[in-house]
Amino acid sequence: MATDTHRAIEAVWRIESARLVAGLTRLVRDIGVAEELAQDALVAALEQWPADGVPRNPGAWLMTIAKRRAIDQIRRDVTFHRKIAEVGRDLAEAVPDIGVQVAEDDGIGDDLLRLVFVACHPILSAEARAALTLRLFGGLTTDEIARAFLVPEPTVAQRIVRAKKTLATARVPFEVPRGDELAARLASVLEVVYLIFNEGYSATAGDDWMRPELCADALRLGRILARLAPREPEVHGLVALMEIQASRAAARTGPTGEPILLADQNRARWDHLLIRRGLAALARAETLTTPSTQPEPTASASTRPDSTRPEPAASASTRPELAASARSEPAASASALPDSAASGSARAGGHPGPYFLQAAIAACHARARRFEGTDWVRIAELYERLAQVAPSPVVELNRAVALSMAYGPAVGLALLDQLMAFPALRNYHLLPSARGDFLAKLGRHAEARLEFERAASLTRNERERTLLLNRARASPAAEVGANEPPVEPSGHRRAPARPS
Amino acid sequence: MRFMVILKATAESEAGVPPTTEDFETMGAFIEELMDAGVLLAADGLHPSSIGARIYFDGEQKTVVDGPFTETKELIAGYFLIETKSLEEAVEWFKRYPILRPGQGANLEIRRVAQAEDFGDEFTPEQREAVARRDAAAAGNS
Repeated sequence: MATDTHRAIEAVWRIESARLVAGLTRLVRDIGVAEELAQDALVAALEQWPADGVPRNPGAWLMTIAKRRAIDQIRRDVTFHRKIAEVGRDLAEAVPDIGVQVAEDDGIGDDLLRLVFVACHPILSAEARAALTLRLFGGLTTDEIARAFLVPEPTVAQRIVRAKKTLATARVPFEVPRGDELAARLASVLEVVYLIFNEGYSATAGDDWMRPELCADALRLGRILARLAPREPEVHGLVALMEIQASRAAARTGPTGEPILLADQNRARWDHLLIRRGLAALARAETLTTPSTQPEPTASASTRPDSTRPEPAASASTRPELAASARSEPAASASALPDSAASGSARAGGHPGPYFLQAAIAACHARARRFEGTDWVRIAELYERLAQVAPSPVVELNRAVALSMAYGPAVGLALLDQLMAFPALRNYHLLPSARGDFLAKLGRHAEARLEFERAASLTRNERERTLLLNRARASPAAEVGANEPPVEPSGHRRAPARPS
Repeated sequence: MRFMVILKATAESEAGVPPTTEDFETMGAFIEELMDAGVLLAADGLHPSSIGARIYFDGEQKTVVDGPFTETKELIAGYFLIETKSLEEAVEWFKRYPILRPGQGANLEIRRVAQAEDFGDEFTPEQREAVARRDAAAAGNS
């Protein structure tokens, strides 16, 4: 019985903890203190519920306890007056409520949104943001986060402690940013969610190719965010991207866990519920972007004052030889290699943003009943637009693959040869992997084999290494499909840097 | 983990009594809550079995029987598809399900949706491959 209650408490915690911490942060203005208070309430539940049973409204129960302690603590605090001045109005509101009815529903959504923005504040490292967000919104323990990211538990615990301290020291306000600041701050939030997803979707190190639990956590975060910020097209774009990518999970691995490339995936095994959800989210994002800037790929670039790219020739997208050469100078963000999408402007503000564009690319794959039916011309166009919004060598690499599929391997190879000059790509295994693929298609098998071997020597994922070595061995006779990773819109095997 | 929450039929649902405005509001609020938490994947209500049909297979014999069907409590009136970390979490969510007719109660069944990763060693690589081939063939034929 006690165990049952403990499991029920765990479930209640997962459902209620984010709301609890958000509501408490409004009161005490400090995530760390709020979380401690919430934990205290959890301890009280662990003490009382096994005997008294789970209360009818467990969320309100927890909030009542936590707020009571918050007020006790503030009263005890030697700096009582200073605190009172800081939280004055909220405290005055909260005190009469205590013991009567505390879990006001109004504003809880706003509090959650504020909490997301604080937890994902750019003053924190991406790793710290990810850990804090998973803890506060996913209800994950530090141990679970550590296992998910393959780092020691103390590292995660320390990251979280330090992050809370940083936020408190910087006095990051508990509010939703406005105006110009909103775009940058939202980008920071979306980056974290997608980082978590990618860490689950394409594990960069270790034996596993995927960690599905982490994908599920990221998807859930994305769906919550879409409800909290329903007017932001990029939020829906990111949700669409994750839903569609997750739809392929079951088809991405073979019987022994080896990766299966997009071209070879059994599309009957794709999760059509997730595809449907993804396409619906994409449609929502689309209605939120200004229609006039939508269809023309080059129009959006010419109206962007901060475009760092050379103006592409007007019809570049339909003329591959031009498109390939117009990109001779992929912009300065080479060092931001894997997370090109996240580093771009996340809020479309009328222009389709990087997540929307990546989701649109994913949707092209999702709509194709068979690999042969893929609309590569459209995908190449979308990559060109993506290169304008979020320029990066990785996007160029993906564009090269799309171009080769649409117009032949020679066109793709021409672009890849330019990319080889980028320091950021020097050790990026997907470049030789794609080159090997194109060379094999052109019948240059000896060169292809060398490229596959080089790719295998660069990847840190065991499964992927095996796959690449197999391709190297098979390359003289191989009938080669597109290499999955560059074709997949994410293309960014982004993982937090970890000590390894 | 994905769960299907099956809402069992009642005399009222089988009689096709349409939901009231209040019902829509109550159920809407619950569904919104599930969506806010990022838990809900899909939900639908079903028409009464009187406009449904059953097919019974017995060897080569196929018998089609039109509704209504009598065993009301075993019939389904609707379902929710949700994604949660555990069965307990699914249970905790649906303990909050709003009963539309307080006097009559409601009856929910929570079942885990089988997904590829749920099958262990009993499902051999050969069998997995066979299923994949079958799926591929099915996809090609449709």
